[in-house]
Amino acid sequence: MSKPAPHPQRPVVARLRVRYAKRGRMRFASARDFQRSLERALRRAHVPVAYTQGFSPHPRISYAPAVPTGVASEAEYVEIALQQAVTPDELAAALDAALPDGFDVVSVIEAQGPSLGERVSGPGTGSVWRIRFDGVAATELDAAVTAVMALHSWTRERTTKSGHTQIDVRTALISASVVESDHNEPDCAILQAVVRHGTPSVRPDDVLAVLRDVAGLDPPVPPVATRLAQGPLDEKSGAVLDPLS
Amino acid sequence: MESHFHLIEPLLPRVRKPLQYVGGEVGSVVKPWGEDASTVRWALMYPDAYEVGLPNQGVQILYEVLNEQPDTIAERTYAVLPDLEALMREHGVPQLTVDAHRPVGAFDVLGVSFATELGYTNLLTALDLAGIPLHAADRDDRHPLVLAGGHAAFNPEPVADFIDAAVLGDGEEIVTAVTEVVRGWKRDGRPGGRDELLGRLAAGGGVYVPRFYDVSYAEDGTVAAVVPNRAGVPGRVHKHTVSDLDAWPYPAKPLVPLAETVHERYSVEIFRGCTRGCRFCQAGMITRPVRERSITTVGAMVDTGLEASGLAEVGLLSLSSADHSEIGEIATDLADRYEGTNTSLSLPSTRVDAFNVTLADELARNGRRSGLTFAPEGGSERMRKVINKMVTSDDLIRTVTTAYASGWRHVKLYFMCGLPTETDEDVLEIADLARQVIRAGREASGRRDIRCTVSIGGFVPKPHTPFQWAAQLDHEGTDARLRRLRDELRRDRDYAKAIGLRYHDGKPGIVEGLLSRGDRRVGAVIEQVWRDGARFDGWSEHFSYDVWANAAQTALAPWGIDLDWYTTRERHHDEVLPWDHLDSGLDKQWLWDDWQDALDAADGHDVADVEDCRWNPCYFCGVCPTLGSSIETGPTGQRLLPLAPVAGAASGGSR
Repeated sequence: MSKPAPHPQRPVVARLRVRYAKRGRMRFASARDFQRSLERALRRAHVPVAYTQGFSPHPRISYAPAVPTGVASEAEYVEIALQQAVTPDELAAALDAALPDGFDVVSVIEAQGPSLGERVSGPGTGSVWRIRFDGVAATELDAAVTAVMALHSWTRERTTKSGHTQIDVRTALISASVVESDHNEPDCAILQAVVRHGTPSVRPDDVLAVLRDVAGLDPPVPPVATRLAQGPLDEKSGAVLDPLS
Repeated sequence: MESHFHLIEPLLPRVRKPLQYVGGEVGSVVKPWGEDASTVRWALMYPDAYEVGLPNQGVQILYEVLNEQPDTIAERTYAVLPDLEALMREHGVPQLTVDAHRPVGAFDVLGVSFATELGYTNLLTALDLAGIPLHAADRDDRHPLVLAGGHAAFNPEPVADFIDAAVLGDGEEIVTAVTEVVRGWKRDGRPGGRDELLGRLAAGGGVYVPRFYDVSYAEDGTVAAVVPNRAGVPGRVHKHTVSDLDAWPYPAKPLVPLAETVHERYSVEIFRGCTRGCRFCQAGMITRPVRERSITTVGAMVDTGLEASGLAEVGLLSLSSADHSEIGEIATDLADRYEGTNTSLSLPSTRVDAFNVTLADELARNGRRSGLTFAPEGGSERMRKVINKMVTSDDLIRTVTTAYASGWRHVKLYFMCGLPTETDEDVLEIADLARQVIRAGREASGRRDIRCTVSIGGFVPKPHTPFQWAAQLDHEGTDARLRRLRDELRRDRDYAKAIGLRYHDGKPGIVEGLLSRGDRRVGAVIEQVWRDGARFDGWSEHFSYDVWANAAQTALAPWGIDLDWYTTRERHHDEVLPWDHLDSGLDKQWLWDDWQDALDAADGHDVADVEDCRWNPCYFCGVCPTLGSSIETGPTGQRLLPLAPVAGAASGGSR
């Protein structure tokens, strides 16, 4: 007796790009945690996602590199392939309603132009980070940031899947400044930084490491980092543009 | 009671897998704290990490049943891993629920589900972090009632010092009854304090309150008697049996894990109970009689469960799923319903027969045929007679031949080591059997790359089974026997690569044996190992045999007994067993006669198999008349109709 052929999957008819946020306690989700939640939300919402062919089909979803576990984001991206057309508005409403609170859909567009990966994390892209330091005075943070920005280069070792890599944190930092905290967040200092993406990219923990090692900044509680934006980086102005526009 | 999340939040960036502590899963419920006198609040604990505890069916069912009741709150709590425990102690953060992050110590009842005895130390950690005195005797009206359930609660004596009460059997109905007793006592203004509440619970014989029973010991160290020490408390406490599973279609809104867990699927229990009569199997003995869920309820549960959860895998659970009276129809109809939806169906059945392969083929119609599992349990024909597992070697070879011929590439075989009367030769026969399996598989499939994995677990004698009197094999004996099997499997190079062997060393089994058949004196051992740092004893990376062995030596010496006395000692007919006052419905004399039959079979006497009472006359195990229960099986003659195509909000393109 031979093995029956797997069920044929329907072809991809459209691709939608989704910007989503990872907020509040959901910042403790890892990239894989989010992926499982997304796949289940898509099934609950009856979104006609396309699947790969073969004996163990999986949904055709491409993920741009995600923020690390413990880091929040206002600007994460995925591209979802569909076997049946759905408008961006329909997907946005259905998916946002189905996702657990804290994973929120920000916007959806039809895929166009260069690949999502290129737009979000390819050469010439960057991220805007906001890092909240509870129990740290703005003046103290400002002094530390000034000391770091005065350097030309500062490298640290990072362990990656392929071994140890040297990563130049300072060179990747396009700008870093202390910004006003709003009235909801008293007794804290807020750092906003623009970072150029690389391989590997500088992450908030690298920024915290340079502040600690260069300027002795030792926050009493773990700072909370949020990615505010990522996409094409205008090196001259230091602005990060919308990758879906 | 407001959320205490702000206390734990700053600790989470410093621990492994922090998402397990945040709650907010699809299917989770947060209710207002409510008026104190009329609201009953349960914290439900599965005493292992979230990744193991979340999928637990018992907790999910009770969580939903309780939360459907007005003025009743149920939240969940799991064992925190040692990294977070250390930080919580350093920062004075109490044990919290994951739902609303309320302190466990503020609830009325802490319900703990013990699927295995190896969760006992984790209960102590939770009590301690919650600020609840470890000893029930030290608690007062401010503290939650600590109530144990689950299979291990059929002998809760080792944790009798730490729990206030235990419930035996199915929880769906008794959980509401307990709630109403607690509510009545609170509304009455808590008269008589904790003692009266426990008295009200114990009165009907449906809740076991250890403090109301005195245990005395004979000179030889055995239990002399267990007797009630106050009026109105019955001599024996009975288990609970839900007869109509269709009336309890839970979980209906399954909890969808956010952090990864060991089972990422929607599970439906297709029947409860098993009367195959395997003598080692506690689950099969204590969950009698068999009660089926009908095909239509199973179909409706799968439909609503998948809709509510978005899970892509369904498991049809039971102790022997191929035995459902309409399993063929269930398999075919579900496979039809979900064809083309990328939903996978699985049947964790391990019965050795060709029909099982047919079912697996049907369920895996469109998926990969990776592995099929069968459980002959005993390596030799003689051992299988002893354990009443009516499977011959020919049955096994026929079954695996069918499996390999229909495209399955990998067969897993489950066995036990250390069964009563077992010798090295019985275990070595496993090697021979495995080679026959590979030979048959190569012939049937015409390929060389088929595989077989042999998994072996150490046998631990369990209360309420015919083997409750048996001597457990010591860990040295288990290890030596498994080493010989490993060497035997490696000997023949033509087969060695096709056969995998999975086994664990014998030491954790000895601790499980101590806890399974222990009495109240074992409580001191548990407390000592916990004080010595024992946590997560079911995890090989956390388990330490030496800590247990040392604590057992110290704590049991005053009684003139030791670890071996509890584990490797065979019990005699007249011995009072520590759980004799806990009524699983099984007649003790029937269990003893069955044990004697096993020993006779071991000696080569011709002993009749104990057939399944679903298809054969009653053989008087005692359960149905004692508990007023009866076998509830189909067939119903119903079929599942195709589901109407769902026109979801986001599938508007083709409309």
